[in-house]
Amino acid sequence: MSFFKKLKEKITKSTDSVTEKFKDGLTKTRSNFSGKVNDLIARYRKVDEDFFEELEEILIQADVGFATVMELIDELKLEVKRRNIQDPAEVQSVISEKLVEIYNSGEEQSAHLNIQQDGLTVILFVGVNGVGKTTTIGKLAHKFKNEGKKVLLAAGDTFRAGAIEQLEVWGDRVGVETIKQAEGSDPAAVMFDAIQAAKSRKVDILLCDTAGRLQNKVNLMKELEKVKRVIEREIPGAPHEVLLVLDATTGQNALIQAKTFKEATAVSGIVLSKLDGTAKGGIVLAIRKELNIPVKFVGLGEKMDDLQEFDAEKYVYGLFADQVEKAE
Amino acid sequence: MAFEGLADRLQSTIQKIRGKGKVSEADVKEMMREVRLALLEADVNFKVVKDFVKKVSERAVGQEVLKSLTPGQQIIKIVNEELTSLMGGEQSKIAVASRPPTVIMMVGLQGAGKTTTTGKLANLLRKKYNRKPLLVAGDIYRPAAIKQLETLGKQLNMPVFSLGDQISPVEIARKAIEKAKEDHNDYVLIDTAGRLHVDAALMDELKEIKELTKPDEIFLVVDAMTGQDAVNVAQSFNEQLGITGVVLTKLDGDTRGGAALSIRAVTEKPIKFVGLGEKLDALEPFHPERMASRILGMGDVLTLIEKAQSNIDEQKAKELEQKMRTATFTLDDFLDQLAQVRKMGPLDELLKMMPGANRIKGLNNIQIDEKQIAHVEAIIKSMTKDEKLRPELMNSSRKRRIAKGSGRTVAEVNRLLKQFEEMKKMMKQMSGMQQKVKKKGGFKFPFKPF
Repeated sequence: MSFFKKLKEKITKSTDSVTEKFKDGLTKTRSNFSGKVNDLIARYRKVDEDFFEELEEILIQADVGFATVMELIDELKLEVKRRNIQDPAEVQSVISEKLVEIYNSGEEQSAHLNIQQDGLTVILFVGVNGVGKTTTIGKLAHKFKNEGKKVLLAAGDTFRAGAIEQLEVWGDRVGVETIKQAEGSDPAAVMFDAIQAAKSRKVDILLCDTAGRLQNKVNLMKELEKVKRVIEREIPGAPHEVLLVLDATTGQNALIQAKTFKEATAVSGIVLSKLDGTAKGGIVLAIRKELNIPVKFVGLGEKMDDLQEFDAEKYVYGLFADQVEKAE
Repeated sequence: MAFEGLADRLQSTIQKIRGKGKVSEADVKEMMREVRLALLEADVNFKVVKDFVKKVSERAVGQEVLKSLTPGQQIIKIVNEELTSLMGGEQSKIAVASRPPTVIMMVGLQGAGKTTTTGKLANLLRKKYNRKPLLVAGDIYRPAAIKQLETLGKQLNMPVFSLGDQISPVEIARKAIEKAKEDHNDYVLIDTAGRLHVDAALMDELKEIKELTKPDEIFLVVDAMTGQDAVNVAQSFNEQLGITGVVLTKLDGDTRGGAALSIRAVTEKPIKFVGLGEKLDALEPFHPERMASRILGMGDVLTLIEKAQSNIDEQKAKELEQKMRTATFTLDDFLDQLAQVRKMGPLDELLKMMPGANRIKGLNNIQIDEKQIAHVEAIIKSMTKDEKLRPELMNSSRKRRIAKGSGRTVAEVNRLLKQFEEMKKMMKQMSGMQQKVKKKGGFKFPFKPF
């Protein structure tokens, strides 16, 4: 059975609506990426150097990053030789197989969140400016609330104009409370307040927003460390998740972002936002490979329920949905 | 994961060539490979890189490099020149309508920094051109976007026009222009909601606003960290709206910013401004030659020089120089010098602008903590006048007092004194050197306004 058929079977078992979301959200991504792969395969009669060179280009344009692309191409060449593949159409399945493999090459890590069975779970959100931290928190609050959890938001972005209000609007929309202080106050103090409130109100999940900061601003990164320390001190074992929100349109700098934020706050997972545009988010592969940080969620639109749990196979399915359909 | 600059990349190739006496076409090809890699790592779009490398290769093979004694430098020179010319001249002018108000539309993807840039632009218009802008809150979709612009307006003490989030942005824009005419605002800056370039409905909305307001400028705001997709975004916005210029934001990060080149190449529209910080005055004109150096990872000497020029007091620098030469440099002078350097901006940013700074071992990942400088200041300020003039007076009881006064430890006081001694020694050597050099035209040290 071909790889695609296996993938297809595996996925139809999971809920259809989720898969549909992935497919819809990734339509632009897919038509761009796999369209190119299709085109490439149609144009080549045999698998040769030129073929690989063009494939290399396609992958680089997906922001996968040069080093990862070279590695992937080398492995592909080896695999093609080993299986004695002549027909470009056959390479197609090997490509996606390898992509999933690269993603899963790190230590086994759950794509699920580390949610405490009983007691408070604290999730801290970090990232550079404008990646969608607040929006992600709003969407996640909606998701948890639907699961019957008691949710509280902490307005830790006390810097950007209107950030507190933005989170509050999300809180109102979803129907959860927001703990805040005045603009310009110490974010660590906001966290302290929020934790006390969460404890006394017997909240299940506390979602902590922080101000966007560029990773090369030492002082701001230290401030973030402090925020995390305060949380740690108040609740042993917290924050249970530190989620780095990455904009899917970001290029190679995303790798530096992931590295620096990981050093400062021990990032435990990534939320890849804005994947509903034409950007391909290929940098996710490099981040997973080099830093071993798993992607936990992807943002596929602006609606409240447009945040989906990440699944490497579904992700690849999204990229290659056309091919899967054909394989039927 | 290290992102080497082009100069570093070319290093090994150049070493191979050295001693060969002559550069072959194959050598140039190898160098071009490095050029290609450097540009790709800087996020320049693949196709743009391809065209660019082709152009540079032609020039390189066409004698220039082959005959040169320093082929590596020659390549860098060509690359730099081509990059600079590709990015166009300096064009930070803002249109002025013959009949006011001049209308500027801000467009872009979500999170690019449109609202912040709108605030910065308004500030620039008032400060530099003495204009009276009206800010228009046209982002009715993102929660609290209106509030964000209103807060910025308050900080700038500028009027913000808003009709809440229930009225269509087209209508808001129309009413805003009427209002601007009434109030004699000569510029109208329309903030719009972030949107995907492939979102047909929202793009139509922008077209409607354009149709109605006939803007004199449409600025596409782009995040400098954008990857390969920058091309699609810029092309799409340009095709649908006909942008007049680009503002590149978040350039105070450590991204190489290759998106700048990609955008310029596909739209042929000028990059007019760059955003360099979160403060409202952190908007500067775009300098193509500096951006070229940055993309190539070669430092930004010009900005450094400019910063030094605008921030260093010439008189003080002269005095300092004199003191150094005569080795009568005291702790007070040291404090002065620190203050002067600090005025230029955060030290790690200054360091990044120095060419070759990333090649010095240990300096590469140096994290300069501004706090430590504050500590040094505190220690020096806790000394008596006598102590500052003659550090040799220092004994353990004095040191303890200074430590207590500055809230630091005796060990830190010791370290500072030792560093100061070493610095003085170094200066003596330097001034010796300088006198020798002086005869040949001389150079000046250290913080002479250039």
